[in-house]
Amino acid sequence: MRLSEMREGQSGRIVFVGGDMRLRRRILEMGLTRDSKFYIEKYAPLRDPLELTTRGMHVSLRVKEAMAITVEPLETDHG
Amino acid sequence: MAEKNIRIALTGNPNSGKTTIFNHLTGTRQKVGNWPGVTVEKKEGDVEKFGCHLKIVDLPGTYSLTPFSIEEIVARNYILDENPDVVIDIIDASNLERSLYLANQLRELNCKVIFALNMADLALSRGYKIDAAKLSELLGVPVVFTVGNKGQGLDELVKTAVESAQSDVCIPETRKVRYSNDIEKAIAELRAAIEERTGPDFPYDRRWTAVKLLEDDTIIRQRLDEFLGRDSRELMEAADRLRARLTDLFHEEPEIVLTDERYGFIAGIIKEVMISSTRRRVDVSRNIDMVLTNRFLGFPIFIFFIWAMFQVTFTLGAYPMEWLEAGIGMISGGLDAMLPPGVVKTFLLDGVIAGVGSVLVFLPNILLLFFCIALFEDTGYMARAAFLMDRIMHLIGLHGKSFIPMLMGFGCNVPAIMAARTLESPKDRILTVMITPFMSCSARLPVYIVLAGTFFAAQAGTVIFLLYLTGIAVAILTGRLLRSFLLTGADAPFVMELPPYRVPMLKSLLIHMWDRAKMFLKKMGGIILVGSIIIWVLSAYPKNIDYDVDYQARIQAVNQQYAAQIADAGPQQKQGLKQAQQQQIDRLQREKQVEHAEKSYLGRIGQVMSPVFEPIGIEWRGSVAILTGFVAKEIVVSTLGVLYAVEGETDSEALRRALKSSGMTPLSALSLMVFVLLYIPCLATVAAIARETGSVRWAFLSVAYTTAVAWMASFVVYQGGGLLMG
Repeated sequence: MRLSEMREGQSGRIVFVGGDMRLRRRILEMGLTRDSKFYIEKYAPLRDPLELTTRGMHVSLRVKEAMAITVEPLETDHG
Repeated sequence: MAEKNIRIALTGNPNSGKTTIFNHLTGTRQKVGNWPGVTVEKKEGDVEKFGCHLKIVDLPGTYSLTPFSIEEIVARNYILDENPDVVIDIIDASNLERSLYLANQLRELNCKVIFALNMADLALSRGYKIDAAKLSELLGVPVVFTVGNKGQGLDELVKTAVESAQSDVCIPETRKVRYSNDIEKAIAELRAAIEERTGPDFPYDRRWTAVKLLEDDTIIRQRLDEFLGRDSRELMEAADRLRARLTDLFHEEPEIVLTDERYGFIAGIIKEVMISSTRRRVDVSRNIDMVLTNRFLGFPIFIFFIWAMFQVTFTLGAYPMEWLEAGIGMISGGLDAMLPPGVVKTFLLDGVIAGVGSVLVFLPNILLLFFCIALFEDTGYMARAAFLMDRIMHLIGLHGKSFIPMLMGFGCNVPAIMAARTLESPKDRILTVMITPFMSCSARLPVYIVLAGTFFAAQAGTVIFLLYLTGIAVAILTGRLLRSFLLTGADAPFVMELPPYRVPMLKSLLIHMWDRAKMFLKKMGGIILVGSIIIWVLSAYPKNIDYDVDYQARIQAVNQQYAAQIADAGPQQKQGLKQAQQQQIDRLQREKQVEHAEKSYLGRIGQVMSPVFEPIGIEWRGSVAILTGFVAKEIVVSTLGVLYAVEGETDSEALRRALKSSGMTPLSALSLMVFVLLYIPCLATVAAIARETGSVRWAFLSVAYTTAVAWMASFVVYQGGGLLMG
């Protein structure tokens, strides 16, 4: 499943980060590495970008960028 | 005893509190400039401490040291090329894991580095405790606790930095980041290859260089090419071979694998040094964001904040602006009384003071605007504004943060363009800078009020509104055009941290504001001064004009005529006669002024240019007004006043009558307004463009492009309107 398909309030685990190299590294460097857990905080009022929390930090990224990230949803436990 | 010079570089993630620490360390003794060739701000400060002379450089805040953003390149190049004696990495203790990523890259660079664990109090309140001794031991780097906004731990930090700079302790080999076996093998192979080809003069750490080659770091490759010349070919081939092998092995590019493994290494460290007490994590920022980026409340609140910023900048700023204007008026009044009439006097009054004064009055606006922007940035709200607006701005190919500069453009383009600095990607910044001049600034409004009020009476409001919309439409089109032709390529990743909200510190807000003010006064001042003098010379010379009418003789004749009449008249009539005499003299003076304007260099230029302006329905007086508007667009109205021989420049009613009777049609008025809306932004704006884009080329392009667009738009309006009306 893609990160962009996740709903507000869902938790997940990163499986694979795709996209062009610059984007990939930027995402990885923000801590969204393989297997890291995240929680979808919210989508912006216009449904783009989205905000998630990972490693105790809030990160926002565009839906288009989130489309390149493969994730696996986890049972919701407000990670 | 000679003092020891020590150079200290500060690095850290954005929002790590690095700037606060820098401000605390250096106080107001800061030099703010740009890094050579780029518009990334460079801050330096000198401090005397512990018997040493410390030169502290604030490197741009980055998450990493990859060569993907200018900030990262600048920070890395400084460390590589300038070899600071010690690097202090400011680590946000409440965000240790992510901060350690940059920290480890610094360690890999093998420069002397110490860690400042900043905001540890905040981390504690969030339920984290960090074992600094353990961290220091595991990483082989001195660690100091600091609380930047309270100034705690900074003395010890500097002491540790000085000690570290003077010692020759390195990070022990065993404490370095270890990658998995296959990667380590490749690193060792490449390192041996580098060692074979380089002597003791090789400036970089060899292991690090090997890692960078495996990561296909373009800048390091290029540097090796320059350093090794022909020898580099084999090395690059070896690197490519190893890269291919690793890609094959991991089904992934090595740089991704390395990033993954670095985070793995960090996760191990975190486990050892961080004690997470009961997971009692109150995320205050999350609660604030429940409101501020709420689906329904987010936009209304954002619009309110922007409205408030506008009010503060332009309404509140109007008072000090008036005082400044009054002050400038007093100075010029004083000089007027003191100096004997002559060239020096008119040069000082009409050239220097009028020109510089017309820009200086923006200072309060700029101070207030930058105070507001600093407030947005320091509290963390700016990132939220970008979060809210990104969707809309992305339609023009811009970043969410571009919204604020563009909006400020409606007030004044100069601070708006300076505000584009908040954008991280240079492409976004240049694009924002280039389209901001199409936002109709407040200086253009008086022109619309006079012209639309005169020729469109009841519909004036609608016409002015449409002009603003035209500006926005042209900005959008320009944005798309630039994105598809000049500033092409993929968008910079939006991926952005939404930092925790923080209470801003007044000191840093004021320092921020003062930096801007200094920049504005210094750079703008110089260019504006020269520009105003040029315009003044063009309008005041040649001094000896061949007047068609001998005004002096006429005035004398009037005086004589009235002198005789007044002498004969009774005391009651005398007053009336004197007034009539004054009126006639004033009229003659004005006619003389008009003829002077017509025959001055500026007027001649206006006439020479008239074939250019004719197709768009603007006669020579309009074109001269447009030319003078280059200094500041407010001047357009006063020039029109002078050229249409209006009694008293400020009397707009009289100017309206004069415009109407001059034969100007509503269509040519509209054409003139469209031209004023779109053409070259004022001199101060051009200077700001050159400064903020870091190149005169963009400023020239802006001048040429805006003028071309203005002419074409006016042509369409005038000729199209003419056709429509038959």
